[in-house]
Amino acid sequence: MTRRRSGPLTRARLASRLIGLASLLAAALLVGLANGAGEVSLARWLPWTPPLDPIERAILIDVRLPRVLLAALVGGALTVAGVAFQALLRNPLADPYVLGVSGGASLGGVVAVVLGVGGSGALAGLGVPAFAFGGALGALLLIERIATIGGRLTVYTVLLTGAIFNATTAAGIYLIQSLASLEELHAIVFYLMGHIPSLPLAALALLAPVLILGVLALWSLARSFNALALGEEGATQVGVDVRRVKRQTILLGSLITALAVSLAGLIGFVGLIVPHLLRLALGPDHRLLIPAGFLCGAAFLVLADLIARVLVLPAELPVGVVTALIGGPFFLMLLRSHRGAHGFA
Amino acid sequence: MASPERRSTLAIEARALGFRYGSRSALDGIDLEVAAGEIVGLAGPNGSGKSTLLRVLSGVLGRYSGSARIDGHEVSSRSPRDLARSIAVVAQDGGFAFPFTALEIALLGRHPHLAGLAFESERDLALARDALERSGVAALAERPIDQLSAGERQRVLFAKALCQEPQVLLLDEAASFLDLRHQVELYDSVRELATEKGVAVLTALHDLNLAAEYCDRLYLLDHGRVDTAGPTDAVLTWANILRVFKTEVYVDVHDLTGKTIVVPLSGRVRARISGARDAPDRGSSSPE
Repeated sequence: MTRRRSGPLTRARLASRLIGLASLLAAALLVGLANGAGEVSLARWLPWTPPLDPIERAILIDVRLPRVLLAALVGGALTVAGVAFQALLRNPLADPYVLGVSGGASLGGVVAVVLGVGGSGALAGLGVPAFAFGGALGALLLIERIATIGGRLTVYTVLLTGAIFNATTAAGIYLIQSLASLEELHAIVFYLMGHIPSLPLAALALLAPVLILGVLALWSLARSFNALALGEEGATQVGVDVRRVKRQTILLGSLITALAVSLAGLIGFVGLIVPHLLRLALGPDHRLLIPAGFLCGAAFLVLADLIARVLVLPAELPVGVVTALIGGPFFLMLLRSHRGAHGFA
Repeated sequence: MASPERRSTLAIEARALGFRYGSRSALDGIDLEVAAGEIVGLAGPNGSGKSTLLRVLSGVLGRYSGSARIDGHEVSSRSPRDLARSIAVVAQDGGFAFPFTALEIALLGRHPHLAGLAFESERDLALARDALERSGVAALAERPIDQLSAGERQRVLFAKALCQEPQVLLLDEAASFLDLRHQVELYDSVRELATEKGVAVLTALHDLNLAAEYCDRLYLLDHGRVDTAGPTDAVLTWANILRVFKTEVYVDVHDLTGKTIVVPLSGRVRARISGARDAPDRGSSSPE
């Protein structure tokens, strides 16, 4: 990990870094499309080759394309939510799930599995995500209500409320699991461990703008996140409306986390490792960190999902298991080699 | 305020200012004013309200009672951004979560002057480098803030405040971690700001000798009230200090500086003095 720094961030450096990371993401998307169960060459997509036959079409366009795109969106969103919460809580160990949204989402999703709400027609496969999203929003509203004291959200109460909420929903999920049938149990476990589905492209077209707008809105707060390095009072004293920034960050970060979790389950470590690596490589300026986090997180999850798809063919691993298996040891190594150097003083 | 005519507005003006933390009163009926170009000190024991007063004036504490005006405008009516364009604060740092460099921290002083996702201009960068230079930390510009010593961090925060180009500078124990040389350098540059740029300075400090040297006027706070206020030399008397700090001091005028000097008397010295006073009977060393 080379230690950066050629002075403060400039627009030119921002642009060059983002172009580099965008190419990385493009490469990851291509690798993700080119590999997987079923033999199709990507070259078959080139305009001068004969049209795709129905099987190739199904593999590439109906299965792999939506899956890599969703992996990219989910990875990007989780990373950006991680960066935003870390900035707000001034703690590099915060992840997108600290606020309890994940608890609400997983409880909602598990309830949907048990109730057998699958959704049909155009909504096929969207029943579980819809329930999960409802659960996440419910959690968010509840936590916000509980943690708001005298019109103010204090970081401590938000964190504590989130932690307790997550623990409580976990108990709820165990309760449901203990009563569920074997088949339901399998579906629940698979959902909870994180899995990227192949959504209909139309659903993606609906989802993508929302996630991307959320990310852009968080990006617009980047300079305020930088100022929060001075603490909440210090940030106020250089002109940050901390109360507004806090509220917006919690709402936006939770919204994109909720969408990601409801579609893909609990995928851990993305929102923790990618921001950390990027901070080491690019510095802590959030004007760069947020868009870079989106691109890098997206590429990371596309590749992790590829591993999940192909490692034990013809079966599949939950992608959450892959990210945790790569992420955990990697993170510990990182902690050891950079102990006390930055961020973990 | 129906009269918009421009009488000379005070940079800082507090009238009957009160503030409560929950049910505990922290400030009670404070009247204070600081004009442009003045350096005014706040002294008083721990918990006397110095920091609270500075925090109310900088807009970080909500609902105060009475009036607190900066450049004639009530603090509570101004947005943080608007306030930060006229006031800069140097307080104790609360630790930095991320490894921003000293230069990046100084540049945060430009935050209220920039909009949206804007990048700092060449001028902003020049201001920040100059501020680091004046604060004696130019050599640390590219070092991560979390690797600096407490005194170095304090000087970087001072540079950040300079970078803000404020009309009002609030210092809360801004020199507490500084060595002797850097204390003097910091207050020398504060004085330069006051005399050359007309910046109004309100500084909370424990070191009464620094106050005597640099402050034009001094407010002695006690239990959230102004105990005594006036020209620094007039405020720093043996009686005032004994009453407010509950501490015996020796007060004199220094031959060289012509300013008041305050020497706190330790238990050992006090014992010797009282020993000399009632020398004949030597029963005073009994613990009862």
